[in-house]
Amino acid sequence: MNELVPTHETGPASLAEPIWKIRWKLTRRSLRQNWEIFKESRIGMLGIILIIAFGIFGAMWPIMINTVWDPMVYDPVVGFDPMMMHPSPPSGTHLLGTDPIGRDILAQLMHSTGREFLLGVLSALITVVIGTAVGTAAAYYGGLIDTFFMRIADIILLFPFIPLLVVVGAMVKLSFLPFAIIMGVLGGFGGITIILKAQALSVSVRPYIDAARVAGGSNFHIIVSHIIPNVLPLSFLYMMFSVTSAILSEATLSFFGVLNIDMSWGMMIHTADVAGYLFDFARYWWLWAPAGLAITLFCAAFYMVGRGLDEVVNPRLRKR
Amino acid sequence: MALPAATESKDVILEVSNLSKYYPVNQGFFTRQKSLLHAVDNVSFQVNRGEVLGLVGESGCGKTTTGRLIVRLATPTSGRILIEDTDVAEIKGQDMMEFRQKVQMIFQDPYESLDPRMTIFDIVAEPLNVNGIGTFEEREAQVEEMLSLVGLAPPSAFLFRFPHELSGGQRQRVAIARALVVRPSFVVADEPTSMLDVSIRTGIMKLMAQLREDLGISYLYITHDLAVARYLCDRIAVMYLGKIVELGNSEDIVKRPLHPYTKALISAVPVPDPAIDRPLPNIKGGVSKPIDPKPRCRFYDRCPESADSCAEAENPELRDIGGGHLVACHLL
Ligand SMILES: Nc1ncnc2c1ncn2[C@@H]1O[C@H](COP(=O)(O)OP(=O)(O)OP(=O)(O)O)[C@@H](O)[C@H]1O
Ligand code: SF4
Ligand SMILES: [Mg+2]
Repeated sequence: MNELVPTHETGPASLAEPIWKIRWKLTRRSLRQNWEIFKESRIGMLGIILIIAFGIFGAMWPIMINTVWDPMVYDPVVGFDPMMMHPSPPSGTHLLGTDPIGRDILAQLMHSTGREFLLGVLSALITVVIGTAVGTAAAYYGGLIDTFFMRIADIILLFPFIPLLVVVGAMVKLSFLPFAIIMGVLGGFGGITIILKAQALSVSVRPYIDAARVAGGSNFHIIVSHIIPNVLPLSFLYMMFSVTSAILSEATLSFFGVLNIDMSWGMMIHTADVAGYLFDFARYWWLWAPAGLAITLFCAAFYMVGRGLDEVVNPRLRKR
Repeated sequence: MALPAATESKDVILEVSNLSKYYPVNQGFFTRQKSLLHAVDNVSFQVNRGEVLGLVGESGCGKTTTGRLIVRLATPTSGRILIEDTDVAEIKGQDMMEFRQKVQMIFQDPYESLDPRMTIFDIVAEPLNVNGIGTFEEREAQVEEMLSLVGLAPPSAFLFRFPHELSGGQRQRVAIARALVVRPSFVVADEPTSMLDVSIRTGIMKLMAQLREDLGISYLYITHDLAVARYLCDRIAVMYLGKIVELGNSEDIVKRPLHPYTKALISAVPVPDPAIDRPLPNIKGGVSKPIDPKPRCRFYDRCPESADSCAEAENPELRDIGGGHLVACHLL
């Protein structure tokens, strides 16, 4: 019964272009359409502008240290300016002043930006990959797999990990990369799993999943070709919020001085704190305000992009 | 339209015997007591090769559930389904692939049965892809041929569009193309027109009839509309709360309904035939759900012709009263 009938009165069917080219065009078109929707969101656009500004700011670091700034003076970790008393308030040579051991605040701020990006994006990426895979598997297979991962998520959500890391960090100091990975993994098995599982669950009962099964699709095919593509927009949205939470955790732990990171925004505030300058925080504002503002704005930027994406992902939130 | 029924012919493509599907339901939040919803309850029927059997009944009577059991989207509580002499419950592994190509289903809601993130090309080609049929060029040719066949011409205008860019009628045509692209021999069509505008229903119905002629497919055609069933089907099975109450040739069912429920259904349909003598509709009350039903006739509570004896008697069996016309009622 299944003789494939390659008889076409209409002539051999042939696409005008290779299939990958057509798919690429379709992808670009849908990105463009989503961008049009995203652009409508003021808060989302503000977030994008902030992220671009941070990007430029961070990209200026290698340029500055290789051209204008003398590494002996402006190195964020080992630099020292012998020409003045420290901490020095903002001046012509040090636009944002210097820290208690004579290092340039602006240089530290710039130097840290790139790493904050790396930390945030890396750990958010890990979070989202794990969250999507685990959430989808839990939703589709249910039963023991579901129970197991949901209990893990509960534990991660309820367990006070930051205080624990503060205590543990006093003994073993985590360096940058392991910290990013740990944050990513904790995030991935945590709350995001529950959210993405709920989404996968609502996708997996849609009639097009039944239709795929009747077509002969295996479980693997259904998960990879139907469920994940329909969960991914939400994963991407939560990736933005994950960046925020990774950066905040890093700042908190750096402030307590329990991470093995030589320089970061949290570290800058930590330095001011251990030297006792935060007791007179109004007078020595340049020691904490730039870093504090950077953390706040950076986190806010990703949060705002997330809010903007929300309108792309959840069409019901759209105004018109 | 309706061809003479081939009830005498031995070429049976689908045989359903004593099929039941019960769903456990919770009666209220605090009760631990488990109740059973008899969605499909001891149903038997056959579909012959090349035949269209209509399954007609009100919303919630178990039509979709019957269809889902046949294509193995759900497993029966009891009973047996044979398709081309193969027991559907026992199909495994490689045979499953063959089964999926042989038996297809068209779903009720074309707005929900197409993945919104796939192009029309990918949707129609999916059954070929997952079963590893043909090269890319062959698949593409088949998809284009199928799209023209269901009236989406020229195919190139539809291939790389998304479902949301199509009208409801066009989507249902895509869904039909996708079901038929593997050349199935049996198709469960679950109310393919019920979610569509009245104006485009006729087009889809004509298409279904045409495809049956061209491709020689047997259908189980599910609908709640007797007029549609009469137009498309050779025989009609009338379902009420999980049970088949009457089964016979379409013309017999429409012109000489015997079961009180079928009579009531007919009287509710605007049949454009003044020759039909229609009794006044007088069913009492609305449909309930068949949760832990009493063993008597399911229609008793609403039946205008019920006798006192019906209250005590067991549920009536489906009996042949001559000429392949089956009715389940004590008074006949
Ligand atoms: N998965 C399920 N779990 C519990 N009950 C179900 C399930 N699927 C169907 N039912 C119940 O079984 C009965 C029959 O449902 P079914 O979908 O087969 O009806 P239908 O005849 O197709 O109705 P419609 O014309 O509205 O599509 C209904 O009462 C329904 O609530
Ligand atoms: S058996 Fe009795 S109650 Fe049931 S349909 Fe016939 S007359 Fe009505
Ligand atoms: Mg239905």
